[in-house]
Amino acid sequence: MNVADLETVLPFLLLATGGVALLLVDLAVPQARKSLTGWLAFVVALAAGVSALALVSGKTMKGFAGMVQADAFAYFADVLLCVVAALVILLSLRYHTARGLMRGEFYPLLLLSLSGMSLAVHAADLLVVFLAIELLSIPLYVLSGFARPRLESEEAALKYFLTGAFASGFLVYGVALIYGASGTTALGDLRAALLDNPALTSDALLMAGLALVMVGLLFKIAAVPFHFWAPDVYEGAPTTVTAFMATATKAAAFLALMRVVAGFAALSPSLAQPFEVADALRPMLALIAAITMIVGNVTALAQQNVKRMLAYSSIAHAGYALAGVASGDATAVLFYLAAYAFATLAAFVVLIAVGSTEGNEDHRYEAYAGLGRRAPLLGVIMALAMFSLIGIPPTAGFVGKYFLFRAVVASDLTWLAVIGVLTSALSAAFYLRVLMVLFMREPETAPEAEPAALAADAPRMVAAYVSAAAVLLIGVFPSAVLALLTGGELVALVR
Amino acid sequence: MNDFLPIFVLLVLASGLVSLVLLISVLFGPRRRARNETKLQPYESGMRPIGPAQRRLPVRFYLIAVLFILFDIEVVFFFPWAVALRELGWAGLLSMLIFIGILEAGHFWLWRRGALEWEKMDK
Amino acid sequence: MGLQNAINGIPLEWYLIVAAALFSIGLYGVLARKNAVAMLMGVELMLNSVNLNLLAFWRYLAPESAAGLAFAAFVFVVAAAETAVGLALIIAVYRSLKSVDPETLTQLKL
Repeated sequence: MNVADLETVLPFLLLATGGVALLLVDLAVPQARKSLTGWLAFVVALAAGVSALALVSGKTMKGFAGMVQADAFAYFADVLLCVVAALVILLSLRYHTARGLMRGEFYPLLLLSLSGMSLAVHAADLLVVFLAIELLSIPLYVLSGFARPRLESEEAALKYFLTGAFASGFLVYGVALIYGASGTTALGDLRAALLDNPALTSDALLMAGLALVMVGLLFKIAAVPFHFWAPDVYEGAPTTVTAFMATATKAAAFLALMRVVAGFAALSPSLAQPFEVADALRPMLALIAAITMIVGNVTALAQQNVKRMLAYSSIAHAGYALAGVASGDATAVLFYLAAYAFATLAAFVVLIAVGSTEGNEDHRYEAYAGLGRRAPLLGVIMALAMFSLIGIPPTAGFVGKYFLFRAVVASDLTWLAVIGVLTSALSAAFYLRVLMVLFMREPETAPEAEPAALAADAPRMVAAYVSAAAVLLIGVFPSAVLALLTGGELVALVR
Repeated sequence: MNDFLPIFVLLVLASGLVSLVLLISVLFGPRRRARNETKLQPYESGMRPIGPAQRRLPVRFYLIAVLFILFDIEVVFFFPWAVALRELGWAGLLSMLIFIGILEAGHFWLWRRGALEWEKMDK
Repeated sequence: MGLQNAINGIPLEWYLIVAAALFSIGLYGVLARKNAVAMLMGVELMLNSVNLNLLAFWRYLAPESAAGLAFAAFVFVVAAAETAVGLALIIAVYRSLKSVDPETLTQLKL
């Protein structure tokens, strides 16, 4: 271990140290002033994001004897994760006070989960993938149940825990089989072993291991048919935690998934791709992507609850990103995930504003009737979010989908791109329904919440402006984001 | 297979002995078909049983047990370090101190939150 | 050293079969049991079968590097952390519901 090693995972170290330290600092913070803990966590998340931004370069470095890798993709994901977490913290201050959840442990747990995500995007070894997935999941189990003793929250936590632990059992069993077949858990060594030893490419043990690892990771990104936990967990968890899960967890798990896929690229020769995906894997990934897009979007149509609709929306968008994974274009996938994250976060700003008012938290469509006219700012932000999620220019979602489908067509998966475009058109039905309810429908009963209460909270407004600006700016100036992603040179996910 | 012979002999002896004891008690033991309440009690020594045998334990026991397991298992990382103590040198010691520091942070938090105090735990 | 020879004589496949059986039993436990604690035990069984696999692979295929051993240590530390969190969640649900059957959790429609 030396200083250069530490540099390769600096954002992770900052977050983990900050999380542990904040746990102790929080002991000295009086109950009435728990928002101080929130602000400290905000500073830690921002510092980690800035450190990642400062470290971005075209170079790829490995650290800790090849266990972790620092490249432009990893730092880009770090920045995205830290910004998302910082915005979630801003959103949580008022929401937690209103819902009686202002307990200091929330923020250290959030930072520790974030540190797991940061580690996941730097993983260059299957052991690190497993550890990072656990480190991001275990605090999330607790956070899902944070609205204890509200039963829905406890139920969400228990369901998330049982399915999550089950999935990690698959993941780690798969890693053990891969270790047995190849004698290594390092993705770079694995790729070299596959190239050196063609007999290994048809090894039953290795194939079984790969299949189990994929099941474990597909669980985490909530791809059909491993998605069944997501709607319940997303609906039952506190809305701030749902916002965090739907955006950050997805981005982190996707980059880890792509690194594993790239580690197996030498399974069978493939077209030249920005990152390689074995021909043997592509049909499976494409099929799961297609099913996920169809099931996610069709089921979202039938929902009567905005929060639950966004859960299915997140499943559908996992399908789009997975299509990008099948195409082998990691840049397009990461760009898409960033566009999706900010649009979803903007939508959650509105949900959290509604949840921060007095009375029960109600996310049925009826509860949103006329909200866009009572609180125009929230209406505009929701409109921007919905347009971006559909993929209407000039929002980030449009550019993201454009890059993504272009990559999919370029890799001879035109049918998949067609399904993507068709399901996007279908998705307009339920995204626009939200806007219709927001602007066209009159509330059935007199609204309990005053418009002033909906817009009064300054940190939430900052989060709203930042996420809305990100949706627009990424849509108008995509090249700035792309420059950050590629860092001037082609990035190898595994080397 | 020869190496397993002692184990097989032990297995045969053990199961034989158990069968023999059971057989003897069936053959020579008294047979009372009476199913009265006294007969069905766990002890026939004149003590009256108080409450059911399967009582629920207070959650405090569970909390202490889980905390013990957590800290106990973390100690597993000391073993590889101890084995390679000389080779790892100061860097190993430093890493281990950081690790202990993290554990102690958790311990300190538990202590200050009152999780280790028997009386406060019901809150 | 008769016993040592006997252990060395066991082929790798036997360990893998026992591990696969353990994994399947754990899998069955998670899928079929109606008690959250029993499901948790199933998950633990799955993770322990992984450890058996890792140690067997390490001993037979790559004894020169300690990667397999280290991995096994990480797996069971993670398993302990998972159990602690899981049991706490189960107790929280039990206090509200007086039941540990996940099927009684119907606040959110499935």
